[in-house]
Amino acid sequence: MRGAAHEEEPRMRVFAFANRSLLAGCLITGLVALMALVSFLWTPYDVTKLVVADRTQAPSLIHWFGTDHFGRDIASMIMVGARNSIAVALVAVGIGMGIGVPLGLFAAARGGLLDEALMRLNDLVFAFPALLSAIMITAIFGPGAINAIIAIGIFNVPVFARVARAGALSVWPREFILAARAAGKGPALITVEHILPNIASQLLVQGTIQFALGILAEAGLSYLGLGAQPPMPSWGRMLFDAQTRMTVAPWMALFPGMAIVITVLGLNLLGDGIADLLDPKARRRR
Amino acid sequence: MKSWTSFLAATAIVTALSLPAFAARTDLVIGIPLEPPHLDPTAGAAAAIDEVLYANVFEGLTRIGPSGEVLPALAESWEISDDGAVYTFRLRSGVTFHDGSAFDAEDVKFSLDRARAEDSVNAQKILFEAIDSVEAVDPATVKITLRHPQGAFLYNMGWGDAVIVAPESAGTNKEKPIGTGPFRFENWAKGASIRLAKADSYWGEPAYLDKVEFRIVPDAAAAVPALLSGDVQAFPFFQPDGVAQIEGDPRFRIEVGATEGETLLSMNNRKAPFDKLQVRQAISYALDRQAIIDGASAGLGTPIGSHQSPASKAYVDLTGAYPHDVARAKELLKEAGLENGFKTTIKLPPPSYARLGGEIIASQLREVGIDAEIIPVEWAQWLDQVFTRKDYDLTIVSHTEPNDIDIYARKDYYFNYDNPEFDRVIAELNLISDEAKRNELLRQAQKILADDAVVGFLYELPKVGVWDARLEGFWKDAPIQANDVTKVRWTD
Amino acid sequence: MTAYLAKRLAIAAITLALASMVVFAVLEIVPGDPARVMLGMNASEAQVGQLRQQMGLDGGPLQRYLHWTGNLLSLDFGRSYTYSVPVIDLIAERLAVSLPLALIALSLSTAIAIPVGLYAASRRGKAGDAISMGAAQLGVAVPNFWFALLLVYLFAVWLRWLPAGGFPGWSAGIWPALKALILPALALALPQAAILARVTRSALVEVLSEDYIRTARAKGMPWRKVLWGHALRNALIPVVTIMGLQFAFLLAGTIIIENVFYLPGLGRLIFQAITQRDLIVVESVVMLLVATVIAVNLIVDLSYALIDPRLRSRP
Repeated sequence: MRGAAHEEEPRMRVFAFANRSLLAGCLITGLVALMALVSFLWTPYDVTKLVVADRTQAPSLIHWFGTDHFGRDIASMIMVGARNSIAVALVAVGIGMGIGVPLGLFAAARGGLLDEALMRLNDLVFAFPALLSAIMITAIFGPGAINAIIAIGIFNVPVFARVARAGALSVWPREFILAARAAGKGPALITVEHILPNIASQLLVQGTIQFALGILAEAGLSYLGLGAQPPMPSWGRMLFDAQTRMTVAPWMALFPGMAIVITVLGLNLLGDGIADLLDPKARRRR
Repeated sequence: MKSWTSFLAATAIVTALSLPAFAARTDLVIGIPLEPPHLDPTAGAAAAIDEVLYANVFEGLTRIGPSGEVLPALAESWEISDDGAVYTFRLRSGVTFHDGSAFDAEDVKFSLDRARAEDSVNAQKILFEAIDSVEAVDPATVKITLRHPQGAFLYNMGWGDAVIVAPESAGTNKEKPIGTGPFRFENWAKGASIRLAKADSYWGEPAYLDKVEFRIVPDAAAAVPALLSGDVQAFPFFQPDGVAQIEGDPRFRIEVGATEGETLLSMNNRKAPFDKLQVRQAISYALDRQAIIDGASAGLGTPIGSHQSPASKAYVDLTGAYPHDVARAKELLKEAGLENGFKTTIKLPPPSYARLGGEIIASQLREVGIDAEIIPVEWAQWLDQVFTRKDYDLTIVSHTEPNDIDIYARKDYYFNYDNPEFDRVIAELNLISDEAKRNELLRQAQKILADDAVVGFLYELPKVGVWDARLEGFWKDAPIQANDVTKVRWTD
Repeated sequence: MTAYLAKRLAIAAITLALASMVVFAVLEIVPGDPARVMLGMNASEAQVGQLRQQMGLDGGPLQRYLHWTGNLLSLDFGRSYTYSVPVIDLIAERLAVSLPLALIALSLSTAIAIPVGLYAASRRGKAGDAISMGAAQLGVAVPNFWFALLLVYLFAVWLRWLPAGGFPGWSAGIWPALKALILPALALALPQAAILARVTRSALVEVLSEDYIRTARAKGMPWRKVLWGHALRNALIPVVTIMGLQFAFLLAGTIIIENVFYLPGLGRLIFQAITQRDLIVVESVVMLLVATVIAVNLIVDLSYALIDPRLRSRP
């Protein structure tokens, strides 16, 4: 929807960091990623160890963000939860790109009946309300991170297929492609050598958008208990656990919620920033 | 000026209209966690049906009271023959069903014959199994002949499954229940609520409330704000998980009573490595019951060491059999040849005692080297995988049926437990009616279960009722799953 | 135009048919036996078998698929296993919640988004633009269920102005029913409004840079009139498209919000039906939603074609 297919050749700018969205987006996303990486090596407390006696302690110097209903350190859980959110959303984007982009490129290169058939298949997936269907899939096949990834990933496929196809269709009639064809290159080679590099930036922008949507979708699924299972902490599940204790332990709801907002915000800013960088027209609008 | 007079007039009218408000409130919204599948207590096992209709809309010959005692209901009195095989019930007069049709002995005969018929869909046909014949002697007298004496017969007739229905409405009770109780059914908004209204034609002491709505509030997360905002004024079966937010609020009353629910960490006794006694014992040692009760049940609930309610006369305290002892647990695992621990799964049904308890237990098992993967399941899957197909390693469930220690003797029950010595005790128990002797056998049975560490015995599930402090008349304990609101009233 | 219309309709029909196969196939492999779920722990195998037969669960898959789709075409949605009432009645009851909720949320989001978008576009590059678009950026990032929790604690628990959840039914009166829908609608509307405000702004900015706007300005037409009269009308196409998509989303995607507020809407009906293995309900409601999405897409496509004839030649 936003900043999707721009039919321009990429133009890298040296003054990238003059772009405020990009700067803020890079910073926030970088921090979240760093937090997730650090959690592999170190967290303030062990998130798999429950110390029921220390439950629902308010934020303090010992526990910066307080403890949850099982006495786990919320700061540590947010760090490890970032890992889960990023992993689910990233792999789901990977599935969407890995299947969607080749499909879109193929459809654009071949055209005709095959194109039509692939696009109808796209329509089919689009016809299912995405979040609801993801909920159905995980509810039916069992909750868990893997099923959540698949459920979110399926609905990324048609998005990337459309962006790739639209982008490719706009590049195909260009002169340098005609030249390549004249030089005897086949459609497959042209697609890999010329089309793909020219639409890579659009795919990148769409990728960050889907990444952000994936984080939100994962949070929604785990809020319903359908995402990653304990002892793996997840932000959405932390919000679910917080819900029955909103008045006695508001920190349990505050910090995971903020983690989601900040991460999604960072990714959206990053996406906007990249789009601005690549599309001077959009930049002018700003 | 003119506007002032009309304002005053309006105020006067409003004041006049609101005068009755000084009398106590007569409406009530009760939150229930599960929606009943239909509204006929004689055609389904779901506890949710009784939670709405039992004693409120439907009545039986007898009824179960707040402490589990048998009270007269549609039968005013009864006589039992000396050999204990013939019960003669004297029925109340002037009783009508909510559709206006009169109640008499024929309705009793119809209901009981229907419940025990070959093609009956009654979920508890075993209750009627002893009945040989039902005879309507005259409109106010029913004679029931049993095949053999049955001590619990009057109690059985008080179950929700044994309520009296009319032949005219029996077929449509699932949608539009028609009974003889102090409340009549008004409407069912599927997925949202069931409304009852006071039945003016009631034979007995009328209810205090005029309108009762049973609103379906599935989880504690939604129940807490509903209570705090006053939308729902009572949750007779409240998830302990939400207690923290209500505690200390003077607007609410929290009443903790007893249920018949033994909450267990069930183990598949036939599946390796749970077929080894040492492994089951190690798990029992690994459990820290107090932490489980604190974390999964808001600190409410009594620890148990075997399968018997601590309120029972036959109860023996076996909680000391396996104290929380990580070192001992590791030692036992080593004896079983599993010094490096093992991987297993724990399937958790939806109630919060299972989901929260499961997280804590998984953490406690990790302490002794057992890595239990948590698999949340819906009831549908639990029934299918765990209960029917016994495809599980560990699971948590509360067994809420009263006096059900005999389940361990059932062949093919999902514990997969088989001990001829235990079976012999239960077989003997079934033949004996002397209470002292029975209690002795029950104690023996409890000890065998604890010795065999058949399952991880956790705690007796508490009945946590939460309601507006101005309400009174709710049941404290839960001898049966019911929300009897016939005596509930507002006190101001 | 007729050929284009025929093609679009044919495509919609094929998509619908494919969707029915997907739904049927997925639910075929669902673990858990609906008959066992209905009868509970104490039922015997024989009873379960008998019920399976009654529910028509014993035929072959193809036979059951044809039976199901045949019934769907004649608008017979079957009977719910758990409630034993016609599914169409259940859907009608739930639509009485979901449809007004979606409409209120959409109106709210439009009422917030269009003025914000207009304001931002008219103050492009200034502080007002930055602040309102920053707020929109934030709005997109807030998970609606978290926002819903905050709303419940502010308006229901603390201020006690609005109910925390539940739905009294329209029979309880228009106002009590509407009151129950305000907070959920607000929670749904915020992220949608944020998206819509961004779309409105960029569409307006695009239009405002067109020549005819400059001409109108040059002729001395007041700014306000240019904005409201010319620019907004021309920027409406993308805005209305997004609104169409959002409506379809709101009708189906409210499941989490319905859970927070325990509203008896369509989303919850599906969720409940899945857990109780009431497959006939799941199948029918999902097909209804899919048909709605397809219909909305079709209408959007066709209205495009009406506005811009050039699009008709595109695939």
